[in-house]
Amino acid sequence: MKCMVKAFGITREIAGAKEVVVELPEGSTVSDFKTELFSQFPRLSALTSLFIAVNQAYAEDHQVLKPEDEIALIPPVAGG
Amino acid sequence: MIKITAKPIDIQKVIDTASSLGAGAVNVFIGTVRNTAHGKKVLWLEYEAYEAMAVAEIRKIIDQASNRWPLLGWAISHRIGTLKPGEVSVAIAVSAPHRRDSFEACQFIIDTLKEKAPIWKKEIFEDGEEWVSAQPNMAKVYN
Repeated sequence: MKCMVKAFGITREIAGAKEVVVELPEGSTVSDFKTELFSQFPRLSALTSLFIAVNQAYAEDHQVLKPEDEIALIPPVAGG
Repeated sequence: MIKITAKPIDIQKVIDTASSLGAGAVNVFIGTVRNTAHGKKVLWLEYEAYEAMAVAEIRKIIDQASNRWPLLGWAISHRIGTLKPGEVSVAIAVSAPHRRDSFEACQFIIDTLKEKAPIWKKEIFEDGEEWVSAQPNMAKVYN
């Protein structure tokens, strides 16, 4: 399946786009997604933390992704 | 009211929205842009947010606060875009019957927002720029 992934902050700059495409086999988890993402963008693995949001909520590594999910990269936050 | 806005924050509106006739206290936190970081002069900050999720996360924080303290009203406005030193980046107001609850709830909300809300900022210096908390090389310095 083809995942459209939103990238914010430093991840947007590293990826060079607001949205990137990551190809994954059906039934992949958030953890599988991160492995594929890091092979596509090795510099992302240098971040102190990188959370994945699915459908606008923080996702756990074991969560299974569906083609229609809204996926986003959440580097260390700094609001306020 | 939870607002993510590119326009200057209307602090009075945040206070008015949080106020309640049953309240003996309205506690307000105003976050502002500091003019220095790491001993260097900050020219401006660039804020960005994953807006839909930021609103959802802030709503969860408000729900948690409402379960812990007897809040009568609340409002949060967070700025995005380009902000110069001295400008208001966030305003939070909560009202409660008594001041202690309002202080504690307001502190919990800003502390948790800084931890959880998907909002980012980049400091622009005279000689470069840096994503706050997220710069890989700076992270090594601090760890």
